Amino acid sequence: MRHSPSVRITHWINTVAFAALVVSGTAILLAHPRLYWGETGGVGASSILDLPLPFMLTGQSGWGRSLHFLSAWVCVGNGLLYAVGGASSGHFRRDLLSASAYGTLQRLAYLTVVFGLLPLMIWTGLAMSPAVTAAAPVLVEVFGGQQSARTIHFVVTSVLLVFLAGHVAMVCLSGFRSQMRGMLMGTRS
Amino acid sequence: MPTRRRVITTGLTAVAGVSALAAAARLADRFGLIPPDHGGIYGVGETLTYAAQRLLTMHHPLAREFSHSQVSAVAPVNGEPPDNEVYQRLLSDRFAAWRLTIDGLVARPSSWSLAELRQLPSRSQITHQACEEGWSFIAEWTGVQLAYLLSAAGVSTRARFVVFYPFDFENNFWDSLDMADAWHPQTLIAYGMNGVKLPTRHGAPARLTVPRQLGYKSVKYLARISVVDDITRVGNGLGSASPDYGYSWYAGI
Repeated sequence: MRHSPSVRITHWINTVAFAALVVSGTAILLAHPRLYWGETGGVGASSILDLPLPFMLTGQSGWGRSLHFLSAWVCVGNGLLYAVGGASSGHFRRDLLSASAYGTLQRLAYLTVVFGLLPLMIWTGLAMSPAVTAAAPVLVEVFGGQQSARTIHFVVTSVLLVFLAGHVAMVCLSGFRSQMRGMLMGTRS
Repeated sequence: MPTRRRVITTGLTAVAGVSALAAAARLADRFGLIPPDHGGIYGVGETLTYAAQRLLTMHHPLAREFSHSQVSAVAPVNGEPPDNEVYQRLLSDRFAAWRLTIDGLVARPSSWSLAELRQLPSRSQITHQACEEGWSFIAEWTGVQLAYLLSAAGVSTRARFVVFYPFDFENNFWDSLDMADAWHPQTLIAYGMNGVKLPTRHGAPARLTVPRQLGYKSVKYLARISVVDDITRVGNGLGSASPDYGYSWYAGI
């Protein structure tokens, strides 16, 4: 597959930012690997999912939070560049919204991730911020509370990781070397 | 081969870019959009978050408030009360001898006893308090608005930060707020929680509560409040004990 420079550059920036988000998000989660529904939740309150992970109360969420928000900014800025590039170059229209080299399921999966799941990650992330929800309470109210937003943030991450596994598997199955050449150099296989 | 025109254009663009960045940094500093812990690679993220949230909340919206029926049955706490002699003596005396000092860049340095604080106009608010670890609870806090105490003391126009010291400065978290959060109507010096006196482990006799930021900003076991213009000359120079433990000064996210 041949990719334009803007798709190639934003793809690899996103790869690094997404990896950093998953690693730092895990560090934050390990401080309290338990999920709740509604506004509140904590030790002594009823949870909806107790992850089989240890509580690591050793301050790992400190660097975790710093790296998480830094990579979130990179991810958002990069995503905006990708969206502007994709809309203006016709990449969305040509490759994702109409019949193309990609199968229907493939296009549906990419569209869901790009325009559904990634914006939902940003939204649920912002819905956990006490300053943001002071300015715009509706951001958290639609989810039924701050803990619900946290739980959705976790569930959507899990769905994105499943998508990533499928994405990497398909790259391998359809010719790893030529696919990598396409995404790195933009050359035809 | 790059042509001469291209080299000149690139050079001019680079100069314009650097100048724009320098101008932006200057403007950001002037409008208080740069946090004390802005250094290092993580400082870039901290600054972006702080500046974005300060612009988003420039009209000082109130944090969400809840009804009595939403108050959590359990309100977990992190950390232990100070185990120094001064605090233990005050505790055994039910804080009769406790005074909250306000000093620094104020016209009238003053101190208040618990009984005096209770005489002042009070505010009760039911707010959501989230910990950076992930858990959260809703509680009712009763106290005096920090803005009231600051007005009574007469804050200088040079003030940039308000610093909060607990009893055990070395072992308990000290912290600071910018003036936007210090003057905010929901920033309380709370002496009551859920209709009773503030429990010991929640920071008795009085604690700060800042519902627009995460729980670790709400300093417990208050002893002293100080108004400053230059936060870099206080403690570690980063505005809070939190950066020593890897946590950021600003916790609105």
